[in-house]
Amino acid sequence: MNELLKPAVEKISKKFNAKVSEFRDEVTLLIPPEENTAVAAILRDEFDFDMLSALTAVDYYPQTTPRFHMVYIFYSTKNKVYLNVRAPLNGNEPSIKTMETVYPSANWREREVWDLFGIKFESHSDLRRIMMPPDWVGHPLRKDYPLGWEEVQFTFNFDEIDARKPKGEI
Amino acid sequence: MREIQEFTLEDLRTHLSPRAFTGETVVLNMGPQHPSTHGVLRVILELDGEVIVNCIPDVGFLHTGIEKNMEAKTYQKAEVLTDRMDYMYAMGNILVYCLAVEKLTGLKPPPRADAIRVILTELSRIQSHLLWLGTSPMDLGAVSTFLYTMREREMILDVFELVSGARMMTTYIRPGGLWRDVPAEFEGLVREILKVLPRRMLEYEALLTKNPLYLDRTKGIGKIDTKTCLAWNVTGPTLRATGMAHDVRKANPYCGIEQYDFDIPTHTDGDIYARYLVRLEEMRQSMRIIEQALNKLPYGPIRDNNYKIVPPPRSEIGVSMEALIHHFKLWTEGFTPPVGSVYATIESPRGEMGVFLESNGTPKPYRIHYRTPSLPLLQALPLMAKGHLVADLIGIIGSIDIVLGDCDR
Repeated sequence: MNELLKPAVEKISKKFNAKVSEFRDEVTLLIPPEENTAVAAILRDEFDFDMLSALTAVDYYPQTTPRFHMVYIFYSTKNKVYLNVRAPLNGNEPSIKTMETVYPSANWREREVWDLFGIKFESHSDLRRIMMPPDWVGHPLRKDYPLGWEEVQFTFNFDEIDARKPKGEI
Repeated sequence: MREIQEFTLEDLRTHLSPRAFTGETVVLNMGPQHPSTHGVLRVILELDGEVIVNCIPDVGFLHTGIEKNMEAKTYQKAEVLTDRMDYMYAMGNILVYCLAVEKLTGLKPPPRADAIRVILTELSRIQSHLLWLGTSPMDLGAVSTFLYTMREREMILDVFELVSGARMMTTYIRPGGLWRDVPAEFEGLVREILKVLPRRMLEYEALLTKNPLYLDRTKGIGKIDTKTCLAWNVTGPTLRATGMAHDVRKANPYCGIEQYDFDIPTHTDGDIYARYLVRLEEMRQSMRIIEQALNKLPYGPIRDNNYKIVPPPRSEIGVSMEALIHHFKLWTEGFTPPVGSVYATIESPRGEMGVFLESNGTPKPYRIHYRTPSLPLLQALPLMAKGHLVADLIGIIGSIDIVLGDCDR
């Protein structure tokens, strides 16, 4: 592990009971989801992680505990190191506290995650869809959202496929 | 047909001042089809006379679901989609994807491949800046620069066409190295660019740097400071124009770029003019890097020889049974990297560009996320635009050099 990362990783893992894992020289902390803003505030104020480099999510469908992982990648311009922080989220309609209060740049990224994954952000200032049109139904980056093909119907399975096709006027 | 639903004024209440609801200020729509918004960007403006009170960028018109599409393809096939994102820096898009895949699989590209990657991505940076140098003053009414910069940009696109067969969507850099070695004419063409461009850049500078009309439109407009930049994750020339020398090439070097000697240009004003000066100097520094890389361009292989992941060269397929098997397996099944996630970053002409890649041990990427510089830049646009005139907003959008394909993906 990078020497410059050690104090931060030790403090977070002790204080929040986070699980530390390493892969290809990258350190990942698995934190309890309700502590995400507290962890971020400590990283920013005590360990000079002044940038939230990336914010995204991963969907582990069909697994439901956890179904999603929120991924935060912090960067320190002083120490020039990255730190990955993950928060597991259970269930199909999860929600997590917004990171906006600590890093304002999370605003649009959280809108994107809400739009594409359907993860709600509590007390977010402006949780609208950002990439898809406002009237879109569903969250495209979820693994149970089809890529856009149409199933081929044959005589033997015509009714079966017809039953699960989306109905109504488009 | 269903009615198209739009955001209502009520949805935007948190963004607008109360005066917009009493009719004191005007809410005006700009874009998405507006020539100076550089793509399909829509900005909702709240105006008091001609002064911008609030500005709400609305993106997503170019969202093509590239991340979702890549998750449905094998690693080799997904790569083709990468250069459709930031089409002004296609070489870099592929490079950062390849760096992530290489980190995941543990591939090590040979030194010659690294050097050629550096040359091509720096050329790509110059061509992106050249286009910016043409279009950004054009937004402010100075059309002539555009005609000159496109001429030099064409020389760089010729190099891309020579090495890959395509001018923009190259897919030339591959996980583990390059598609094939550069042709013999490559060095001559690049040296020609290095010879011509510094002289031409003096001509651009003569058109703009001390032009009172250009100074009038750019000095003190669209200011932002370092602290705001970091909080809003704004990187690249916009951050460097505020006085912070942060560059991924220096901070977290990739492709052996640390062995070349170059400086990070900075400026302290943080306005449009400072960004202009920083970008001009960056082009010169890129030329320095290219020259050094060309001078000590090593000979040798251009691909890693781990044939479980990197396709074997064509010449071996005809004579070696194993090579044929590897080739067949690679293009039908793909390769299976270990389970885990990585994050790789490079410096794009607009800022830090990163790829978050997660693998679950199958031949398809389980999750791929592009951390693109244009999204935070656009997010910070209201901070730069508030209090300026509508005409200045056009200049500010031009100066941060956004690519909407990069922002919306």
